[in-house]
Amino acid sequence: MENDIGLWSVLIAVLGGAIRVGTPFIFVSLGECLTEKAGRINLGLEGNLIMGAMTGYAVSYLSGSPWLGVLAAGSSGCVLGILHALLCQNKQVNDIAVGIAMMLFATGIAFFYGKAFIQPSAPHLPSIGFGNWSSSPVIKAALDINVLFFLGVALAPAMAWFLRTTRWGNAVRVVGESSDAALSLGMNINRVRLLSTMAGGGLAGIGGSYLSLYYPGSWSEGLSSGQGLMAVALVIFARWNPMNCLYASLLFGGAAALGPALQSVGINWGYYLFNAAPYVLTLVIMIAASSAKGTVRGMPGEFVK
Amino acid sequence: MKQKSQLSLSRRKFVKTASIAAAGLSMALKTPLALAAAKVKMGFVYVGPRDDYGYNQAHFEGKAALAALDWVKAVDEENVPETIEVQKTMESMIQLDGAQVLFPTSFGYFDPHILKIAKRYPDTTFLHCGGLWDAEKHPKNVGSYFGYIDEPVYISGIVAGHMSKSKKLGFIAAIPIPQVLRNINNFTMAARSIDPSITTTVVFTGGWSDPVKEAEAANSLVDQGIDVLTCHVDSPKVVVETAEKRGIYSCGYHTNNAVLAPKGFLTGAEWSWATVYKNYAELIKNKQPIPNLVRGGLKDGIVKVSPYGAVVSDAAKADADKALASFMDGSMVVYKGPIKDNKGNTVIPKGKSYLQTDTWLESMDWLVEGVVG
Repeated sequence: MENDIGLWSVLIAVLGGAIRVGTPFIFVSLGECLTEKAGRINLGLEGNLIMGAMTGYAVSYLSGSPWLGVLAAGSSGCVLGILHALLCQNKQVNDIAVGIAMMLFATGIAFFYGKAFIQPSAPHLPSIGFGNWSSSPVIKAALDINVLFFLGVALAPAMAWFLRTTRWGNAVRVVGESSDAALSLGMNINRVRLLSTMAGGGLAGIGGSYLSLYYPGSWSEGLSSGQGLMAVALVIFARWNPMNCLYASLLFGGAAALGPALQSVGINWGYYLFNAAPYVLTLVIMIAASSAKGTVRGMPGEFVK
Repeated sequence: MKQKSQLSLSRRKFVKTASIAAAGLSMALKTPLALAAAKVKMGFVYVGPRDDYGYNQAHFEGKAALAALDWVKAVDEENVPETIEVQKTMESMIQLDGAQVLFPTSFGYFDPHILKIAKRYPDTTFLHCGGLWDAEKHPKNVGSYFGYIDEPVYISGIVAGHMSKSKKLGFIAAIPIPQVLRNINNFTMAARSIDPSITTTVVFTGGWSDPVKEAEAANSLVDQGIDVLTCHVDSPKVVVETAEKRGIYSCGYHTNNAVLAPKGFLTGAEWSWATVYKNYAELIKNKQPIPNLVRGGLKDGIVKVSPYGAVVSDAAKADADKALASFMDGSMVVYKGPIKDNKGNTVIPKGKSYLQTDTWLESMDWLVEGVVG
């Protein structure tokens, strides 16, 4: 019987983890999804995430308002996105290489300016206690959900709708599918990509502020440890579909929670394996999604060329 | 084309100019070094940021305390990875700053990095924090120093054992190396000396700095009914803050973590490297030989106990102070048989005991009875 309770709590921990750990994935993957829909890859979102985490924490600490921190984090992400877009629109510039350079640049800047903010405790983002109906502290904790999570969840269908039905969304898709077609329609390709990369970068920045201002809730240099890069891989798994990005992010969040949850109920074999679950999942997905015959379904046409 | 013609120095001419410049530069560098030779020059290298409430901050505080001695010049560098980078850092500290003694503080700096550089600079002393120096294998200008941090961890365990209502303690650890296992064992045995029904659940995160996993581990442990949490990772900040957020007690590690958990902080184990670093500086100043192995615990002032938090009961304080006193007078023996591991095997038979200084304890690979994990 006691074992049953243990396993139930693992399930609850994984569910709670999907929400807690998955939220930054939602923002970064949606940001990358939008960028890639416009035909450009931004590998630098890991840098945006770290920069957003640092900026958000610093502004929240200095101003006393965590929401101002979120705003600043988003803005810092936008600036990095614009920089990436401006660099990439020059002829013969490889967006992958620029992305890696931007990632290193943003990480370095964030570490440099973040020195002063490792120690202080900044005000956190509030959360809503959806579990207050329950007497169990376990459920209460798992359902203590941050507002940014709902923003992320709402953003996914909104982005799907935006891409499917609005004129701007169509512009993004045309530019991503075929720059020739976009040119013949008289579109300004660079402007569409600039705006998409900017918005995508901004979303990743907001994802960063969730890390430093809510969970785990403090700025440190090991905070991201590659989550931004995993989110980029996740977009391919999600087949460039915003709704799938949401589901995949939750799956990754849950996978990250699995290792600690199992150890805490005393299942202690193979914890290195469980801790590696998100990374193993990334690899498996990449292998499963690859195809020797043709392009992956849903891939923006501009990447095929 | 135009640019190329401007740069068309012949190779011979370049070598000539460069060597003159280099000779001039080295002469210019030598003079101020010789003038300032009276100062003892020490270099410190940290693997992480020096203000992380953790391991690196503890070393930085030790280094900062040297500022009080005007005959010491201490330089440091943070965020140096355990790669060829640390070799470059050490070489530049020796050559540019004239460091006589280096303190590369991270575990992974030792082999091969310190060993390699130490052979190249036999006049410089390399002191590594950790327990890896071996007189038979390693150069004479290398040494190691470490503190028995498990002693203040034992005090934390006593307080935790008193304060826990659920009789379940949690320990978030990075990697199962001997130093970590020894802390877990001390924490558990101390708590069980108060109440033998207490258990400690351990979660290994697999890395020294992984804030998301540390937070996830803390939440999972609290979900299992654990009501006192402590840790052994590079920075205890996330663990202690998460414990506070979830309304349970916490014991700190590395530095004083009281400000991170104003309500639930009990006590903690801290380093006090200032003592060690000041002693080394004195030895160098007086041209005395530097011992290759330095060890010490509470009574040597190398480690200390954080001041008790406001919630700690008087009974807990009394027992903790009693244990502290017996550490101070040297009568405390933690590893006294019979001791069983958590698989039921007897690791230390009845009648046998290991003193704190016994190096057998530095190769610990078992967890004591009462540890889940």
